[in-house]
Amino acid sequence: MGWLRQTTDSSIGGKLIVAVTGLAMVGFVVAHLSGNLLVFGGPQAVNSYAEGLRKLGALLWVARIGLLVMATLHIVFAIKLNLANRAARPQAYAVKTYRRASFASRSMLLTGLALLGYILFHLAHFTFRATSPELAALGEYDVYQMIVLSFQQPLIAGLYIVSMFLLGLHLSHGVSSLFQTLGFNHPKYRNLVGSIGPFLGVLLALGFSSIPAAVLFGLLK
Amino acid sequence: MKLKLHVWRQKDRQSTGRMVAYDAPNVNPEMSFLEMLDVVNEDLTGKGEDPIAFDHDCREGICGSCSMVINGVPHGPSKGTTVCQLHMRHFTDGQDVHIEPWRAKAFPVLQDLVVDRSAFDRIIQAGGFISVNSGSAQDANNLPVAKADADHSMDAAACIGCGACVAACKNSAAMLFAAAKISHLGLLPQGQPERRRRAINMVKQMDLEGFGNCSNQYECEAVCPKEISVGFIARMNRDYLSSSIFSKETGSTSKSED
Ligand code: HEM
Ligand code: SF4
Ligand code: FES
Repeated sequence: MGWLRQTTDSSIGGKLIVAVTGLAMVGFVVAHLSGNLLVFGGPQAVNSYAEGLRKLGALLWVARIGLLVMATLHIVFAIKLNLANRAARPQAYAVKTYRRASFASRSMLLTGLALLGYILFHLAHFTFRATSPELAALGEYDVYQMIVLSFQQPLIAGLYIVSMFLLGLHLSHGVSSLFQTLGFNHPKYRNLVGSIGPFLGVLLALGFSSIPAAVLFGLLK
Repeated sequence: MKLKLHVWRQKDRQSTGRMVAYDAPNVNPEMSFLEMLDVVNEDLTGKGEDPIAFDHDCREGICGSCSMVINGVPHGPSKGTTVCQLHMRHFTDGQDVHIEPWRAKAFPVLQDLVVDRSAFDRIIQAGGFISVNSGSAQDANNLPVAKADADHSMDAAACIGCGACVAACKNSAAMLFAAAKISHLGLLPQGQPERRRRAINMVKQMDLEGFGNCSNQYECEAVCPKEISVGFIARMNRDYLSSSIFSKETGSTSKSED
């Protein structure tokens, strides 16, 4: 297994892990949004979806553990690569001009760390319902009520909306970038690949934000 | 025209350097950037000061020696050229011009603007060659190579090893250089027998030298005087990952100086 260690220790191998785990999380995020949008179908639709998920039992745990492993590997390798990058330039330039790098690509670590904070809050809030006794008192499958009660508070709705735009920013670079990391860069598809990240980023940010926004404006109650 | 220069001055590898301001009062727009520095250096020598040390050789964009970051951009503001091919007409009268050496842990500053780029040589030594018996040359058409492959290989082989890609990258990554060197051989029939070992060894040496990891920002491509495409980095990623996963090569590296 020496080769495996050598590969994961290498620059290109480390990047591969960040890309593959990032891609897996993108898959999760897309599925998660599709499920969440059922809230627009009314309490019945989203609550029975939530109940169905909980009833998956063992399968749900496989998915949860899988996600935890993906997120952990992503964070550990992203931070490890980032530390090595910092060490590779001990003396900064007095003047530095960027010619190409996008704003999103330059803020990956920042948006990533903000997402980590968001994910921890989100789990405490909706999965463990540890942030308010009001939510903890709701029925197990009353997801609809939980969403409405939470997002009627502008502070919480705002936090979710901002976080979803940070997710969009992270993915606007990340998704296009992972093609390159996985070795796919063909002149014929270069523009397409370059657009996928920003397109998906905006789509996900708007999709997720539509829920807190709808509650805030009284469309869902 | 007149320029205000701010130049990195550093006595030797051990000393700490600093930016020093100089006036360049007699700059002719026809001069190349290096000729402008030659004139400044003549003045400095006349005043009994140490001239500004910088690397240069061919002065026509083929050797890759000249290397400086001008106002935050390696090789300066014009695209697809080296510092020696940069002319002073790209600057305006009275402009402040900041001149710094390549900044990377793997490229230690030797003096002023001169850095030690032997890390690149060691990456080449680790695999940037083909092993064949030398002797009389083969008939030209013995080994057919498709025109498109030959052209693609030549695009990679255009790399002059200047190091601007490292200097431009926020991570001081050497991926564009290594990718160019791995690809120009990997695209030709003569490069096939050692293709997997080459990818593994050169990447291993690159990591060992202390270069950073690519973030796919493509700053390298934007400053490369030979406009080497980042498509070669994707190609290197493919070569490296498939070699690591599917071959028995474990890799070896050439020795580092220290
Ligand atoms: C939880 C905390 C997170 C942290 C600390 C984090 C951090 C990072 C960092 C530092 C990078 C590398 C950027 C570079 O190479 O310059 C990265 C890339 C990436 N991240 Fe994250 N991230 C996080 C969460 C996420 C999430 C939730 C997703 C997906 C839904 C995601 C998807 C991606 C993708 C697709 C890439 C691109 C990989 C590549 O360039 O090949 N990340 N992340
Ligand atoms: S890839 Fe371009 S910038 Fe990098 S060393 Fe080669 S010629 Fe210089
Ligand atoms: S001096 Fe040879 S490339 Fe500039």
